Amino acid sequence: MVWAILSIKVENKPGILFKVTHLFRSRNFNIDSISVGVTEDKKYSRMTITTIGDEKQITQIVKQLDKMIDTIEVRRLDVNNSVYRELVMFKIKVSKPEDSMEINKLASAYSAKTHDAKKESIIVEMTATPHQISAFEELAKKFGIKEMARTGITALEREEHEH
Amino acid sequence: MSDNNKMNETMIGATALMKALEKEGVKEVFGLPGGANLPMYDELGKSNIRHILVRHEQSAAHMADGFGRVSRKPGVCFATSGPGATNLLTGIATAQADSAPMVAVTGQVPVAMIGKDAFQESDIIGMANPALKYSYQPRTPEEIPTMVKQGFYIAETGRPGPVLLDIPKDVQQNEANIPFPDEVRVPGYHPWTDPDMQNTARAVELLLSAQKPIILAGGGVIISSAFAELQSIAELLMIPVVTTFKGKGAFPEDHPLSLGPIGMHGHAEANKLMTEADCVLAIGTRFSDRSVGTFEEFEKNLKIIHMDVDPAEIGKNQTTSVAVVGDVRTSLRIFGKLLMDKAVRPSDDNPWLKHVKETKQYWRENLKLHPGEMGAAKILRKLRELLPKESIVTTEVGQHQMWASLFFDAIHPGTFFSSTGLGTMGWGFPAAIGAKTARPDVPVVDIAGDGSFNMTEHSLATAVLEDLPVIVFLINNYSLGMVAQWQRTFYDRRMVGVDLKKCPDYVKLAESYGAQGIRAQSMDELEKAIKDGLNSDVATVIDIPIDPEEDVLPFVAPGTGLKDMILPS
Repeated sequence: MVWAILSIKVENKPGILFKVTHLFRSRNFNIDSISVGVTEDKKYSRMTITTIGDEKQITQIVKQLDKMIDTIEVRRLDVNNSVYRELVMFKIKVSKPEDSMEINKLASAYSAKTHDAKKESIIVEMTATPHQISAFEELAKKFGIKEMARTGITALEREEHEH
Repeated sequence: MSDNNKMNETMIGATALMKALEKEGVKEVFGLPGGANLPMYDELGKSNIRHILVRHEQSAAHMADGFGRVSRKPGVCFATSGPGATNLLTGIATAQADSAPMVAVTGQVPVAMIGKDAFQESDIIGMANPALKYSYQPRTPEEIPTMVKQGFYIAETGRPGPVLLDIPKDVQQNEANIPFPDEVRVPGYHPWTDPDMQNTARAVELLLSAQKPIILAGGGVIISSAFAELQSIAELLMIPVVTTFKGKGAFPEDHPLSLGPIGMHGHAEANKLMTEADCVLAIGTRFSDRSVGTFEEFEKNLKIIHMDVDPAEIGKNQTTSVAVVGDVRTSLRIFGKLLMDKAVRPSDDNPWLKHVKETKQYWRENLKLHPGEMGAAKILRKLRELLPKESIVTTEVGQHQMWASLFFDAIHPGTFFSSTGLGTMGWGFPAAIGAKTARPDVPVVDIAGDGSFNMTEHSLATAVLEDLPVIVFLINNYSLGMVAQWQRTFYDRRMVGVDLKKCPDYVKLAESYGAQGIRAQSMDELEKAIKDGLNSDVATVIDIPIDPEEDVLPFVAPGTGLKDMILPS
């Protein structure tokens, strides 16, 4: 099984997110994460979908997405040659006064920001790879994670001759 | 979308719809009116388009489907919102599964009512989405002609399929200054790819190097009318041709190189030789499980050359050695030209071809058939004998359908149609009516079973009142015969829910609609009934009672390979 990042340029029209996700459902594919937003050209949106499957399945997903009339361009990004990040927010429990300082220290070690420091909790905002997010999550567990929200991955491939 | 707009005219949306349909050359619409499509019907009445009234919207969709498969132009069906639209769904899904061109037009509640759970409101676009090639819901009358033009273009090009146009009632009623484009562009749609020359050349090399080559022709050959191209390649290389069930009629079944359909109920010789071949040229097929059995078993020791218009079919079910993506007619032309350049000569004395001929002859002579006078093979061969070769045949779904596959030879190109993908009971009769609408000059016969015919028998009203005299060749075992066969075979004869109890009387049923009803209980009666049907001005139902215990054999059980086929004992 491999993890793949698909970058899908679609027309910026209502109903297309539904059709794309419906395709995954009806073809028995998995969506690991999904993020959507408008592109530099307001006529188009870009969906970034990460998925897990064997090579044959991922090739099929790309072909089926490509076949969709509303998709303008479908690319499987080279994971090793792409910048991919996810925004995540953690609401972390503050049980004793020194927790607050420790959480702040941990956050700054991950270049994360803290918001809304209250007596009971702190919101930590970080933009990172899924791997880094998991690592942070593990460390934050000892304080207690009250809530967590993440955006799903978004990604761009590096240009080939840019070194 | 950049459109080349010409001449705006002031009119209401419904008028624009009819004008746009007329511009696409639409002459017939199959449908049923209701509250939300009344404005369309009002304009339909004023237009030059013929309306063919159905008794249930599912039949309208199947008629449009049958019309589309025969004419290779989208058939058009109309339904109202809510239940009218949901009744179309089975027909839409059937067309999608068999890549049939169709444009379905539904009424919708007014824009301001959408989402309010209005009377007869259904989110038909949401419901039908996975069964559609594309869909539109105009929010202003101005959008209608562009959507119609794009819809037809999408429905009939590339791999054809159904397109839905869902028009809110106020959009039908409102007046606007409406543009009619002469050309449309659909940016994300690339219906055809040019066949890759290198791959085509590799395909030629691979096929020529095979010791035991075979051609597998699918429905794509019929859709792209690649009959002549296929036949010339088969004859040039002297390679035997099997088809999928959907590909039945892609290659003349009276041709010496024809082995008939493979699959769950394929010809014994076709299944046998398919499993012995070392290389297959598979054309316009999606390798359905019903055709190939288990995927792993099928591709064992087999090199697959796959030609298809749809890139997503390559590698979906089978691993291919060489793929040629593009319209299969174009691909076959290039393939044929490369062969000609190589000056390949036919040779009919190779051991494979000798074995093919012997195997075919053996099974044609030795397949055990039902001993009764009215056995399925006998009645279907009688039909073939009496039916002009250019006649169009549709089928319902069940035992009769598989008997038709086995015992009714499709000889002229593109004269045999069936619901092969979705397997929709009730498809054949309305599809035959749609086919007759497209080709009033040839006889059209629905090879039917009683269980399937029950599902759309109300279409007798349409056949009679619209003067579309098709023949229903009703192979009647008063049971859901295929299910009964599976219960006999896999459930130790525990028969549940399959006995239809001699109800109704099909002769009286036909007569009550004003059609001709004939019962045929002997070969003589059958012969006379077929002739009477062919000479009749009204639709004819020929009720042919048969032995309810007759099985369809050979039979490849689900989840097994073609080599495991069960033969008559």
